[in-house]
Amino acid sequence: MATQHSRSVARLMMAPAVVLLLGWMLVPLTMTLYFSFKKYLPLRGGDLGWVGFDNYVRFVSSSSFWPAVQATLVIVGGVLVITVILGVLLAMLLDQPMWGQGVVRILVIAPFFVMPTVSALVWKNMFMDPVNGLLAHLWRLFGAEPISWLSEASMTSIIMIVSWQWLPFATLILLTAIQSLDSEQLEAAEMDGAPVLKRFYHIILPHLSRAITIVILIQTIFLLSIFAEIFVTTGGAFGTRTLTYLIFQRVLESQNVGLGSAGGVYAIILANIVAIFLMRIVGKNLDA
Amino acid sequence: MGRIQLKSVTKSFGDVEVIPPLDLTIEDGEFTVFVGPSGCGKSTLLRLIAGLEDITSGSIDIDGADATDVPPARRGLAMVFQSYALYPHMTVRKNIAFPLRMAKLDQAEIDKRVEGAAAVLNLTDYLDRRPGQLSGGQRQRVAIGRAIVREPAAFLFDEPLSNLDAALRVGMRLEISELHERLATTMIYVTHDQVEAMTMADKIVVLQAGVIEQVGSPLELYRTPRNLFVAGFIGSPKMNFIEGPEAAKHGAHTIGIRPEHIAVSESEGDWSGVVSVSEHLGSDTFFHIHETGLAETITVRADGEVGFRHGDRIHLTPRADVIHRFNAKGLRIE
Repeated sequence: MATQHSRSVARLMMAPAVVLLLGWMLVPLTMTLYFSFKKYLPLRGGDLGWVGFDNYVRFVSSSSFWPAVQATLVIVGGVLVITVILGVLLAMLLDQPMWGQGVVRILVIAPFFVMPTVSALVWKNMFMDPVNGLLAHLWRLFGAEPISWLSEASMTSIIMIVSWQWLPFATLILLTAIQSLDSEQLEAAEMDGAPVLKRFYHIILPHLSRAITIVILIQTIFLLSIFAEIFVTTGGAFGTRTLTYLIFQRVLESQNVGLGSAGGVYAIILANIVAIFLMRIVGKNLDA
Repeated sequence: MGRIQLKSVTKSFGDVEVIPPLDLTIEDGEFTVFVGPSGCGKSTLLRLIAGLEDITSGSIDIDGADATDVPPARRGLAMVFQSYALYPHMTVRKNIAFPLRMAKLDQAEIDKRVEGAAAVLNLTDYLDRRPGQLSGGQRQRVAIGRAIVREPAAFLFDEPLSNLDAALRVGMRLEISELHERLATTMIYVTHDQVEAMTMADKIVVLQAGVIEQVGSPLELYRTPRNLFVAGFIGSPKMNFIEGPEAAKHGAHTIGIRPEHIAVSESEGDWSGVVSVSEHLGSDTFFHIHETGLAETITVRADGEVGFRHGDRIHLTPRADVIHRFNAKGLRIE
C-alpha cells in the first residue's frame, strides 16, 4: 500500500507537527545554552558579554550544588519507593470485588486531580501545622509533643506530600495491569503448591514488572522537576532545595540568568544520568 | 492411587444452585470425561474437585480420606487449564519445575524429573524458551509437563484442546490417551466435544444443568442412552427424533433413530422424503431429508459413493433393532 508517492505525502503532512515539536524543544534548549555562556544580570546591567565556562564552574563550585543534587535524588527515590510499594498494595486491594468499587476507585484517583500548589498548601496548613494541624492534634491525643513537620522533618514532609499526589497515578497504572492478569495463572500456581506470598512473588510481581517500569520512568521525569510543593511549603529551606529550586533561586532571586542557565544544563545532564541508570535497571522489562 | 468420591455435593453461587446434590465415584486409574453443553456445570464440578471452589455442602473423598476442606495444593491433584496458564516470564524448564520448587525438592531431583517429563513430551529442545515462543500444541505439552512432574494422584483437564486447531486437536487427543495408558493415573477430563469424550473416555459423565444425566462407557451411552438428552448429545450427526403416529406404532411417545441406522434407497422403503442438503465427507455422505411427514429434518448417513442430489425423492428404511424408544417424560423404554 505504501508506495513511494504515498510515503512522501505522509512525510509532507507530518512535517508541520514535527517542525513545531522540534522548534518547541530546540528554541528553549538553544536559548538556555546561549545564556549559560553569558554574564546576564537583568537588573544589574543586562547582557555583560561572553564569559565562557565561568557560569558552569561557579554553579558547581557553589556550596549549595551537591546538597541540591542530593536533595533531588532523595525526593525522587523516596517518592518512587513509597508510590510503587503502596501502589502495588492498593492496586491489589482495589482489584478485590467489593461494595461501592466504582466510588472507591474514583476517590483513590482524586488526589491526582488536585493542583500541586493546592495540595501542598492543604498539607501544610491542615495537616502539618504544628499548632492547629490534624497531625498535631493526633500527636497531642497520645500525649506527644507535636512535630513542626516542615522544619524538623522537612524532607520527610515533602516526600509525604509528593507521594500522596503521585500514589493515585501509580495505583491506576498498576490496577489496570493487575486486572489483565489471567486468573488461571494464579489458580495454577495455587494448585502447584505456592502459598499466597509466593504467588505474589512468582506470579503477580513479574506480571506487574512492565507496569512498574512505566510508573518509575514516567514519575522520574516529573519528580525531577517538582517545584510548587517546595515553593509553597519550605521555600527551599531546611535542606529541601532541589536542583530545580536552586536554578529558580539563581535566576529569579539572584537575578542571574547566565548562572541559572548553566544550572539548567546541569539539570539536563542529571536527568540523563538518572535516565541511563533507570533504563539499565528497569528498561529491559520493556523488551519482548 | 486416585479414587475420587463425591457424596451429595452441591454448589451454589449466591441464590443460584448450579449443582444440585450429586454423587459420583471415579475409580483409580480411570479416564473419566465430563461432557455436556456449555454452562452445564462441568467445569464447576472439576474446580470443586480441584479445590479451587468451595463446595456448599456434601463431601469429597480422595483415596478414602475426606478432602473437603483440604487446600488445592495438598489434594495431590494436578490441573491442566484451558488457557494452559503457563507462567509467561519463566522458561519452559522453570515452568515445569515450578511445582517441584514449591515442594522444596532438591535441585538434582528437580532437574531429573524435568528432563524426564521433557523427554516424554518431546520438549527437550524447547526447555530454555519462553511460553510466548512456543506454538499452541507445545504450550499444551508444557502445561501437561507441569502436571506430570508432580506425580499427582489424579490429573484434571479443563477443556485442554479447545484452543487448538482441528488437526492438532486430533494429535493431542492421541497423546493424552497414550499418556493415560503409560501412567495409568486417574484422569478427569472436561469437554463439550462429544467426539473427544467418545474417543478418550473409559467412563463418560453426561451433565446438564448440574445434573448427571447418565454415567457409563462410551458404547453404553451410544447404545442405551437413558433419556432424550443423552441420546441427542452422544453421537454425530445427532440422533433423529420422531414423535406422533410413527412413534405410537412402536408403543412410545418419541422414537430415536441414529443417522447411521437408516438405509437409503431410490425405489423402496418405509419412509420417503426429499433430499435438501448433502454433506460429502468423502468416506460418508450426510443427507438432510425434508418432507418426510415425520419430523422437520431427518439426517441420514450413507456411504460416500451414494450420489443423490438436491431435490431427489428417496426412500428410507430404519433398522428395526436399533430404534430407541422414549416415553412422554423423555425416559428410555426398555
